[in-house]
Amino acid sequence: MDAIILQIMNGLDKGAAYALIALGLTLAFGTLGVVNFAHGALFMLGAFCAVTLQKLLTLETVKIDPTRTTPWGTPLEIRTPYVQDMLGDWGRVLIDYSVPVSILIAIPVMLLIGVALERGLIRFFYKRPHADQILVTFGLAIVLQEIVKQIFGANSIPQAAPAIASGSLAITDAIVYPYWRMVYLVFSLLVIGAVFAFLQLTTFGMVVRAGMQDRETVGLLGINVERRFTIVFGIAAIVAGLAGVMYTPIVPPDYHMGMDFLVLSFVVVVVGGMGSLPGAVLAGFLLGIVQSFASMNEIKSLIPGIDQIIIYLVAVVVLLVRPRGLMGRKGVMES
Amino acid sequence: MKPTTKLADLILLLCFAAAVAAGPVILAPIGAGYPDLLDKFVIYGIFAVGFNILFGLTGYLSFGHAAFLGVGSYAAVWSFKLISMDLLPAVLASVVLSGLLALVIGFVSLRRSGIYFSILTLAFAQMCYNMAYSVLTPITNGETGLRVLRDDPRVLDAALGRTGFTPSLAGLEMTGWTGYYVSGAILVIAFAISIAIFRSPFGMTLRAIKSNQKRMGYTGYNTRPFLLTAFVISGMYAGLAGSLLAATDPLAGAERMQWTASGEVVLMTILGGAGTLLGPVLGTGLIKYFENIFSAYNAHQLDVTFSFLPDGVREWVVHGLGLFVGEGWALTLGLLFMGVVIFLPGGIMEGIMRLGRLKRTPIVKSLGDSPQRDVIGERAIDEMPPEDGSAPARKEAPKGETHAGEPQKPVKSSEMKAATS
Amino acid sequence: MSTSPIVLHIDNVSKTFAGLLALSNVNLDIREGETHAIIGPNGAGKSTLLNVCIGGLEPSRGKVLLAGTELTGRRPHEINQLGVARVFQTPEIFGDLTVIENVMMAILSHRDGAFRPRFVTRFDQQSDIGRTAGAALEKLGLGDHLHHIAGALSRGDKRRLELVMSVVQEPKLLLLDEPTAGMARADTNATIEILRQFKDAGMTIVIIEHDMHVVFSLADRITVLAGGRVIAQGLPEDIKGNPKVVEAYLGEEQV
Repeated sequence: MDAIILQIMNGLDKGAAYALIALGLTLAFGTLGVVNFAHGALFMLGAFCAVTLQKLLTLETVKIDPTRTTPWGTPLEIRTPYVQDMLGDWGRVLIDYSVPVSILIAIPVMLLIGVALERGLIRFFYKRPHADQILVTFGLAIVLQEIVKQIFGANSIPQAAPAIASGSLAITDAIVYPYWRMVYLVFSLLVIGAVFAFLQLTTFGMVVRAGMQDRETVGLLGINVERRFTIVFGIAAIVAGLAGVMYTPIVPPDYHMGMDFLVLSFVVVVVGGMGSLPGAVLAGFLLGIVQSFASMNEIKSLIPGIDQIIIYLVAVVVLLVRPRGLMGRKGVMES
Repeated sequence: MKPTTKLADLILLLCFAAAVAAGPVILAPIGAGYPDLLDKFVIYGIFAVGFNILFGLTGYLSFGHAAFLGVGSYAAVWSFKLISMDLLPAVLASVVLSGLLALVIGFVSLRRSGIYFSILTLAFAQMCYNMAYSVLTPITNGETGLRVLRDDPRVLDAALGRTGFTPSLAGLEMTGWTGYYVSGAILVIAFAISIAIFRSPFGMTLRAIKSNQKRMGYTGYNTRPFLLTAFVISGMYAGLAGSLLAATDPLAGAERMQWTASGEVVLMTILGGAGTLLGPVLGTGLIKYFENIFSAYNAHQLDVTFSFLPDGVREWVVHGLGLFVGEGWALTLGLLFMGVVIFLPGGIMEGIMRLGRLKRTPIVKSLGDSPQRDVIGERAIDEMPPEDGSAPARKEAPKGETHAGEPQKPVKSSEMKAATS
Repeated sequence: MSTSPIVLHIDNVSKTFAGLLALSNVNLDIREGETHAIIGPNGAGKSTLLNVCIGGLEPSRGKVLLAGTELTGRRPHEINQLGVARVFQTPEIFGDLTVIENVMMAILSHRDGAFRPRFVTRFDQQSDIGRTAGAALEKLGLGDHLHHIAGALSRGDKRRLELVMSVVQEPKLLLLDEPTAGMARADTNATIEILRQFKDAGMTIVIIEHDMHVVFSLADRITVLAGGRVIAQGLPEDIKGNPKVVEAYLGEEQV
């Protein structure tokens, strides 16, 4: 029983990441009709927003204290981050909380990146075949990750969660759950909720939803759908970026983390039903949990290697049994 | 515009064979005249030619073909280990196994089309890749890679008293120039088969599927078996390429199955021109050549190359270019990928056509690939005096006939509007 | 005429979409060699009837038989193989193929069955099928366009090409969905001439049409649909004066 609860909880935070990425993918797809293979790269860029902030915050000054020496007899070098130098204890807190603080940076940065990508590249591909969209965004993904690799190197860069959230909660003896994963889960739910609220409750969201249903008619009403869709792409980028920022304490980011997540996220989108936002979220959590169960030792010893392929297997089965995915609309992406 | 003739195809094939034969001489001036690189041209050329039969003709974009390449490699190495270092059983094993795998994957994936198909193939390839690293480690030897060992049984070799460790074909060792010519001969055969498929009723059926699936149904075709056949054929090509890879370097690793490898063959095909006969081979040559040149460069070499520049400028140039060479080759590849899709969706072959059009001279028709013919056909229409001056006909004419993808929606919707207005 | 065998037998077919009655107890027999027009105001259920017959749409009730073979539930390619050819309102052709290749595909499908990939045979104008295709195109006035890309043809020519593709299959039944929609008068007349050739050659034709000029030039019998029901059926001269038909059409025009 404990093991089952643990697996569900483990699955939830991974599922939350899948759900967030899949949500962004679906947003971009449902509004712009664009299959974005660079979405994983946006996730990765978000993660590197956190890395960048942490690097900036921990830039250090070096002072030499002539009164003290190291055990080797050289003068002692005292390294203090500039922020701490300037802000004192507040600086220390800032460094400790660099990951959550990164959110504030990631939002404008990702919005900018998203809008720039849409205006500069994606919009020229609305009318092109899906194969072209896949290919150009695939190229874009490679370019983005290579740029990050040039700047930050090929190794992964661990990020620490704030000290307060770095421990684990021991629910029972068998169930130990890191606080940060809980934070991640709650954060994801908040972001998902915000996106849905935005789409359901605001006029902007209403237009976007209407546009997802029937773009031409909304255009005929004299509403500038294009501009709104640009913003939607920006929002999708933000969602991916935030998922990336908050994921950094769980898995140290490296330049190809986006690709790893992208393939899975597409599978999630397809399982959820292309173009369905609730489907994407549902499938994300579902597949996260399924994967988590598959990596239980009991199950792995029964069917070796199942943890490696379970998601793909589920996807294949869903697509064959329920071709439109769990909650897909009719006629989406079917030619 | 004239349709292609048998003679033109024969000439094309002969020229192709001659180019492969003279490859070492032709490519020597650009520094590519050595067997290792030419091997890659030829082997990945086979891969791309096969991929083109699926993607170029039917427009079904598979993102999982690297799986077949990988399986081909493993099968070949196992054949080396168990049977003999001879290439023949290895090739047979690879082609048969990858064909079977393609049959299974294709059977499932082809139940869907468009992006779903791409994602299904991607999912299957990732499954193969993950399994090669985990459950199947006894077969694939995981991250270390599979290689021929001293104590392998090699039944046939043992019986014949052969002890060599180099893969060979009927005594021709697969190293150096011999290796290149053996692979090259196989490429020529593969290319000939590809021409035959392009010109056959089967090939036309595949092009028709790409053009209009609805019409296919109402014309009495069940498209799935045709698609599956094409999928299996292209999977077998990939397996063949995989076995040759294993033969020139008898070590098979799972990284050959990663989805970026699948992406690479897509790039090779579209760079040259999907749906054209020669395009995929050209694309492969170009990519592998630049990969080789670019990734071999380092800062020092750049320094030497640009030594004529004043110091400050040179450092700047070297630093800038340094991003794109050596380790940065992947960045160049990504940019190339985007550039081709954005500016030249028909690939190099279309580029050549466009140049021809600029000059206003008749274009070489002997190549006779359909997209080229399309372009010529369009031009013929463009140049004709409008029969009834009807706008829709002109509007529909410049549609990108050359490019792969799903049956093109925009055209249809515009037709639809014309019909209802 | 009424003694010739029945080709298409539509037996008491009804179709509902989400509770909405699109077709209600439609009975219709098409006899060999006749040209049968189905007319009716917009939304009368003409297209639904067509789709129920051969478009893979299952009727809610009733059945459709082609020369005694049940068609309901069959996929389009099977129905085509059974001998029904269809011409669409918006031309559906292989836009990336040349004109002659389009027709060759149509012939190939019936010469070789739906699936028999012949890999090695060269397939071009010189082949047996290519010559047949060329001759058929020549006959219907597309001889100058043999090697043009079909997608670049004018609208009228596309439609004509689709007609050629249908007749080379020598279908038991040819279904035409508004073959002259959006055409200029001259083109319409040309199309009527072509269809008359088919008719004279003894082909069984079902034509759905708005243009009464076309209908009365060609039809041997007419069925009028309105609101998913057959409101009149008979010879053209009977339909012309039928008050119910007039009412159905006038009712539409007032809107």
